[in-house]
Amino acid sequence: MESAIRDKYQAVIGLEVHAQLLTESKAYSSDSTEYGTLPNTNLSVITLGHPGTLPRINKKVVEMAVKMGLATNCQITENNVYARKNYFYPDLPKGYQITQDKTPICTKGYIEVKNNEGEEKRIGITRIHMEEDAGKSMHLAGETETLVDFNRAGVPLIEIVSEPDIRDSDEAYAYLTQIKKLVQYLDICDGNMEEGSLRCDANISVMLKGATKFGTKVEVKNMNSFRNVQRAIEHEIERQIEILENGGEIDSQTRNFDANTGSTTAMRSKETLNDYRYFPEPDLPPLVVSEAWIARIKEDMPHLPQYLHQKFTEEFELPEYDAQVLTDSKEIALFFEEICEHTNKYKAASNWMMGPIKSYLNELTLHIDDFPLTPNQIAGLIEMVEKGKVNYNAASKQIFPHLLEYPGKSPLEAADDLHLLQSTDENALQEIITAVVASNPAKVAEYKAGKQSLLGMFMGDVMKKTQGKADPKIANELLRKTLENA
Amino acid sequence: MKTDINTIRNLAHLARLEFNETKEQEMLSDLNKILNWMEQLNELNTDNVEPLIHMSEEVNVMREDFAKNTVTHEEALRNAPKKDSDYFRVPKVME
Repeated sequence: MESAIRDKYQAVIGLEVHAQLLTESKAYSSDSTEYGTLPNTNLSVITLGHPGTLPRINKKVVEMAVKMGLATNCQITENNVYARKNYFYPDLPKGYQITQDKTPICTKGYIEVKNNEGEEKRIGITRIHMEEDAGKSMHLAGETETLVDFNRAGVPLIEIVSEPDIRDSDEAYAYLTQIKKLVQYLDICDGNMEEGSLRCDANISVMLKGATKFGTKVEVKNMNSFRNVQRAIEHEIERQIEILENGGEIDSQTRNFDANTGSTTAMRSKETLNDYRYFPEPDLPPLVVSEAWIARIKEDMPHLPQYLHQKFTEEFELPEYDAQVLTDSKEIALFFEEICEHTNKYKAASNWMMGPIKSYLNELTLHIDDFPLTPNQIAGLIEMVEKGKVNYNAASKQIFPHLLEYPGKSPLEAADDLHLLQSTDENALQEIITAVVASNPAKVAEYKAGKQSLLGMFMGDVMKKTQGKADPKIANELLRKTLENA
Repeated sequence: MKTDINTIRNLAHLARLEFNETKEQEMLSDLNKILNWMEQLNELNTDNVEPLIHMSEEVNVMREDFAKNTVTHEEALRNAPKKDSDYFRVPKVME
């Protein structure tokens, strides 16, 4: 599409994200949420919709939803009523989903993302509500029937609905990245879009730039990665502009994204909108979320990425880039924070984290949880370098790998075992230097006549004699002085 | 309140029910009777009354998050009209 045409239009995007909660049991019954068990084994009569059975609220689901609300600056609803959303589909044995309609547990929040210009942009969160997942139906080729597995039916979800504040696919990507980071920091969802524990639908419309009335929106579903959300948005914007440029009108539709073609196809028209006949769920009593309960939940919350980012840049005075990388994952951030409890060489700690530690983890595709060394050991290495006991090269290239092999040792023991402790005893070093200089009168004369490059040769001899243990900085200085006075 | 035949058809579709024309008319007349009877409630002014959603005053009836599967795989499938050893089988559905 010509950019002149494209530039006439402004896209307006809102996202609906479903996050599967990391509880042990289902939202309204006790059956297990474990993933990957044999089909139709994680069940109860409640999940199966047998007559006369009653659901019961899983307290953890409420607490997780409140955590997400607090992390996204939402107001928490005190008086909650659950709702029935009726629809007829075989993956839902009850014939309705228990959800929230009029009283979503969190409302009116926002998150901040960086837009393309690098500015902070606020994206509103309309609501977050609690609901349950449906079972999985399989339509196998050649099979005349549909196969249904109810293990997933009743697994708790929260749905996070954004305001139509997103203006392009990059902002959508940044928003999703932030949502994923938050659910992972809060430990309420594993945030894996490819496996479906995080799902995203996009509401997309376009309007002429400067217009105040949004265009007709289209809902796009079935995008199973962040990248595909971007692709679907890009495609949908162009498709809609093309229709409008040709004098057409946008149909209010639900469209399906096809990852193979990168395009969307109509699923159903909103004209025949599903009538879900919401009504208050009579089987669940109201839920009251008191201030005291919210306070207890707050106490239980970990530090959030924005807090850590601020701490790292302001208190630890790290560059923006470092703070960004270090807060990317919660575990990395917490490991780093713990190193900094044992040393105040914050920049050095950041370099160790982003350098040797990350390379080691990447090379073996390990998670930081599987890293064999403690933050205290890393802090020990940093301190040894700072105090001049070993140089950085020896610490990162020799002691660090040695420690990984023998994680029981302290950094000092490791350095000692490798005979890498630099001799800081300047008298001993001076004796060696004096001897080196005395044994080479001809070269000394050349040096004094101006051949400065000979310093390297003398330095080499000194390092040889000290078996590389001398602190190069100190040795260099002493050597210069000795040569000048020779 | 009077409802019409289209509402009956729409409701029948949502409930996955099918009526012939005679039954449709019967349903329409029955539904209108019910609605008229319920209409009596409108005689009361409820402008300043909070909706009563639950008869009980109980709130916050919750369970702790412990997992326990309360039926076995075999029990779960026992009453299914159609099944195989792993799955419930239903008429083919495609959206």
